[in-house]
Amino acid sequence: MELRLENLTKIFTNKTGIETTAVSNLDITIESGTLVGLLGPSGCGKSTTLFMIAGLEKPTSGKIFFGDDDVTKLAPEKRGIGLVFQNYALYPHMTVFNNILFPLENLDVPKAEAFKKVKEMANLVGIGELLDRKPSQLSGGQQQRVAIARALIKKPRVLLLDEPLSNLDARLRLQMREEIKRIQRETGITTIFVTHDQEEAMSISDKMVVLDFGVKQQYATPQSMYTDPGNLFVGQFLGNPPINTFEASIKKGYLMINDKKFVKINVPDGLYDIGMRPENFRAEKEGFDVDIKEIYHVGRDTMVHFDFNGQNIRALVDSDDISSKDKVVHLSIKESRIYLFDKETGKVVNHG
Amino acid sequence: MANLQNKIKEFFGKILNVIKTFFWNVRRFFINIKKRIGDFLDKHNINFVSNFPNWAKALLYLSPALIVLAVFTFWPIINAFALVVYENYNMTTETVTGYTIFGNFITVLTDESFIVPASHTGSSAVINTLIIVFISVPISVLLALFISAALNSIKPLKSFFQTIYFLPYVTNTIAIGLVFAYMFRTDGGLVNQFLSLFGVNVDGLSWVESGAVYWRSMFVLIFYSIWSTLAFKIMVFLSSIQSIDKQYYQAAAIDATSRNRIFTKITIPLISPMIFYILVTSVIGAFKIYNSIVALFGVSGAPAGVDYNLQSIVMYIYQFIDGSNAGNLSVAAAGSLILFAIILVLTLVQMQVSKKRVHY
Repeated sequence: MELRLENLTKIFTNKTGIETTAVSNLDITIESGTLVGLLGPSGCGKSTTLFMIAGLEKPTSGKIFFGDDDVTKLAPEKRGIGLVFQNYALYPHMTVFNNILFPLENLDVPKAEAFKKVKEMANLVGIGELLDRKPSQLSGGQQQRVAIARALIKKPRVLLLDEPLSNLDARLRLQMREEIKRIQRETGITTIFVTHDQEEAMSISDKMVVLDFGVKQQYATPQSMYTDPGNLFVGQFLGNPPINTFEASIKKGYLMINDKKFVKINVPDGLYDIGMRPENFRAEKEGFDVDIKEIYHVGRDTMVHFDFNGQNIRALVDSDDISSKDKVVHLSIKESRIYLFDKETGKVVNHG
Repeated sequence: MANLQNKIKEFFGKILNVIKTFFWNVRRFFINIKKRIGDFLDKHNINFVSNFPNWAKALLYLSPALIVLAVFTFWPIINAFALVVYENYNMTTETVTGYTIFGNFITVLTDESFIVPASHTGSSAVINTLIIVFISVPISVLLALFISAALNSIKPLKSFFQTIYFLPYVTNTIAIGLVFAYMFRTDGGLVNQFLSLFGVNVDGLSWVESGAVYWRSMFVLIFYSIWSTLAFKIMVFLSSIQSIDKQYYQAAAIDATSRNRIFTKITIPLISPMIFYILVTSVIGAFKIYNSIVALFGVSGAPAGVDYNLQSIVMYIYQFIDGSNAGNLSVAAAGSLILFAIILVLTLVQMQVSKKRVHY
């Protein structure tokens, strides 16, 4: 099921009449059968977007299409969606079996078939032997699986996950990531999930949307978003350790760093925000010389701190190429890994 | 004009500031005193409380409540157990003619109008009380549930309706009782006027006055006790419904759950601990019914000139303390202990039943 958002806008008005734009003119088309991550810092409107798709929030303007159906005005139960809440919202007084069965009880399904479906779904998500337990007797990861099973049991057209992994501990998170990916592959349901964790979004989504203050920043595959950030915000938001940013000017086609020519770049002269990812630097025999401020060895990699135009910059280089006695490092970086952002709009100038 | 407005604003700002400063200084004064006391205790090495073991500290902090409870609750309970074994206890001379274990209980249990109806009537204290408990409690609990669910789902005038339903709770029982008695008057009472609109012959149709048959005055009593206890139940149910996580309802909405199913499958189970609590306390409360009857029918516990009586167990007990049989405290104690036993057994039964039905 293809999912299309057209000019979707949500404005909240509080009691004193002050308006807050949570989501602003969102235009996204999500291809059928893909797993899409909605990524952004907290308060960027990603959960609001999800709830608008679910029908729990009414958009101020704009339209939502499931395939060719306009579902903007449709009540949640008529949209054919499955929603997994952040804290799962499993009914605490029902057993796992009854929790998964609950959506089917509201439909005209024969009992034997419903029971069979519950068992199948429980096996799909890997909780087949826990059906008699209450949610309080389950671990976080198991509750998560029950919630997914409950959302999937009525074969929804779209599966929505609100911060699916945020309530799990680090190890379970890795495991559930793969599980969600696997379940999505096996069922082939168009899935949207919300997260503020960039690593999580990058590791499981087919494509992702980065939002900031309700505005779409970029919609692309994780890797292309990482290598070709559309603007400064996306560049800064993705990557760990975060991208280095500093101001530098282009003079006569050369990027000037510490009053020296760094590299030739084919953009108009002027002042730009420059972004360089720490892991894209190489320490080589020949290169741009900088004084090392600090140096940390972390096994395979070495973190070097130095100054570019008065800004502290970090570079992650191979430990073989540098020793802790070095006072100066010779750095190089591929030109395609240098990002120039417009000072006014933040848009990338030399990419895409 | 704007200038004047500003001046007024400034003036009130100043006054507000003076008041704020005053309370600030009051606070400082108390902090100062506290500090001086602390300094004094430190200086003279007085820190008696911190040397106490934990249980002694706990006891010390609990003592105000414990003392009040001891004087007004524990001592009377112990006394009741003591009184019940006295034979012919005389309150003024404090003398007894002997001791008995079951004597006073037998007096109560075989007394006309306690369990066995007096020969010329169809009612006794126990029968009256049981009727009130088993009719008014289920009705009022169910009614409170539906009203609180309805109150929770309406948007406009929400607080207005909440206030209306809460009013009986803050109104004096006796006052409401008198209003009820007035409403149910035979001649020109509101209820009879209302009934006559539908062509009911209300001539001599009495509810709480002479000529009222047993079930009619019992109806008024039950109606009254339901209404006067409804407010508290609604308040408890409403607040527990409101504390249910909204996500359960959102999840149910996505699964196309009907309103009835949401109510019976989600709301009721999730507030079942509160329902159980209300059930137990209102059964106990209904067993101890007293002022509602007095408010409606006076201390005699019956409409004037009828041959039955609406008195409850507590009223029956009270007549041995300050009524027709005043001074017979041993019998009163026996009656109290019987009431206690009935309530205890019923509560245990409820707890047993609740194990299957209540989800914590």
